[in-house]
Amino acid sequence: MEVIPKKGAVKRFGNVGTRRMRKQSSYDNIAGYLFISPMLILTTTLVIIPILLSGVISFSDWNFVSGIEGFHFVGIDNYTRLMQDESFHRSLINNLIMIAVVPVAMFLALVLAALINKATYFKTFFKVIYFMPFISSFVAIALLWRVLYHPNNGPINGFLRSVGVENPPLWLADPKFALISVMIIMVWTSLGFNMVIYLAGLQNISRDLYEAADVDGASPLRQFFRITLPLLSPTSFFLLITGIVGSFKVFDLIMVLTNGGPAGSTSVIVFYLYEVAFINLESGYASAMGIILLILILLVTLIQWVGQKKWVNY
Amino acid sequence: MRSIKLSRVIVTLCMGFAGILFIMPFLWMLSASFKPELDVMKYPIQWIPTKWNMVENYRQVWAGAVPFTLYYWNSTKVTLMSTALSLIISAMAAYGFSKVIFKGRDTLFLLVLATFMIPTQAILVPQFIMYRWLGLFDSHIGLVLLASSGVLGTFLLRQFFLGIHDEIIESARIDAAGHWTIFSRIAMPLVQPALATYMILRFIWTWNDYQNPLIFLRSDSLFTLQLGIRKFADFSGEFYSLMMAGAVSAILPLLIIFMIGQKQVIEGVAMGSVKG
Repeated sequence: MEVIPKKGAVKRFGNVGTRRMRKQSSYDNIAGYLFISPMLILTTTLVIIPILLSGVISFSDWNFVSGIEGFHFVGIDNYTRLMQDESFHRSLINNLIMIAVVPVAMFLALVLAALINKATYFKTFFKVIYFMPFISSFVAIALLWRVLYHPNNGPINGFLRSVGVENPPLWLADPKFALISVMIIMVWTSLGFNMVIYLAGLQNISRDLYEAADVDGASPLRQFFRITLPLLSPTSFFLLITGIVGSFKVFDLIMVLTNGGPAGSTSVIVFYLYEVAFINLESGYASAMGIILLILILLVTLIQWVGQKKWVNY
Repeated sequence: MRSIKLSRVIVTLCMGFAGILFIMPFLWMLSASFKPELDVMKYPIQWIPTKWNMVENYRQVWAGAVPFTLYYWNSTKVTLMSTALSLIISAMAAYGFSKVIFKGRDTLFLLVLATFMIPTQAILVPQFIMYRWLGLFDSHIGLVLLASSGVLGTFLLRQFFLGIHDEIIESARIDAAGHWTIFSRIAMPLVQPALATYMILRFIWTWNDYQNPLIFLRSDSLFTLQLGIRKFADFSGEFYSLMMAGAVSAILPLLIIFMIGQKQVIEGVAMGSVKG
């Protein structure tokens, strides 16, 4: 859930020396370290050391049950094995397909945000409504949709039959439809987040631009495509990146909804990683997968750095 | 002017209709939790139950075979502790990174910020092993520490601390106030809205967390609500009315908190990204 962002954060600091001429006192030094130390200790032990360990373990065939004696280095065996592992390939492909959720949710969210911003009353009410799935627990949501999608008696298929669909899809029970079914829920849950970010972006666009366009006689639709959309491009880009990164981390939903099934049709990297690590107990292999996941996410983030200079209007 | 208003009413009505469609799953869930089991899957859907079984459903969930009350209590405990600890740790670090000048500050901040990118799943195995060594495995304290270790709060609060004018701090320094006094007496009260925002967000995320309890808890008596409700669903199998009553119970406290603090939540989420 923690998809909140850091855009522009890196640009921000770097103004230390210029700010004041006075020499740093040792009091400030000590105080500074004391203030950050609880967070630093926690982050170091629970995040930084584990990621380093993860890198080391990924080159071993270790099974943590066997204790330290069972630790053997196997070089890049785990990584070559990943290249040939069909389950991993399928999970990776499912992850790539899932990325389609991002533009769909973004498009719907943009339409909603534009309407709520300009053309409706009760803004707050709509914001709350569309934000509800985003704050609800994935376990409860997964249980709910499991019933809604019920192939025989579920309300969705009940509705489809009543409007004349003879053989509605079996949704989660059908390997061909299971992933789509999961993706529908993902669109539903991420819509509110996207919409709120778009609303914030819309509020940053100066009214003068629209007034000038009105004077020039541009239609609202033309204004939307010529002013709103280009000026929202940083927001869109941000949502695209966080959305893609987020889609790689979806775990709870898959775990409760389908357990990766049927027939592996909804398995994703993090789910397969969980299986390998905590059911098959192959710590080394799972760590290698974790490192690949990290690299994938780093790549997407790198594209952000390069891409935002190229085609984002500020 | 009048025609503009009319179109606005029409759009509002259409959006209202879309909104109802959008939250229909929740309405269905609520309605199903009030019905006797036999009526849950009836089609056409009875949105307002013809036969009510609400008291019995919720009694079964809360006082039935699965210790739901215990799970609820565990979740409340873990969530409150995580929120409090995370708030203190993040606020302190945010103050240090924005209002105290010390050697290596920017390098450290960059390092901490970089941990944002690490997916939690990539470090599950070493975390799990370390937890077993440290004796934190299968304990609520372990979960609390995990929830408090995110750097997000530090980043979010730092943005707000940066907004406090340095003059205020300078003048307090001249009056011989130490950093701790400035932090607790001046800075913290000034960023109260930000603290509220982060508090609510942290509460929601910890309450909803499924992955960490799943991996770091083993004993049934320590289960949080998210694990409990999953277990409950496996246990009550095809009793959908009960499952929905459980799901409603799990979501309800969040909805109440969200309704109260919706402004803070929505602005907090938007702030973290757009202001940057």
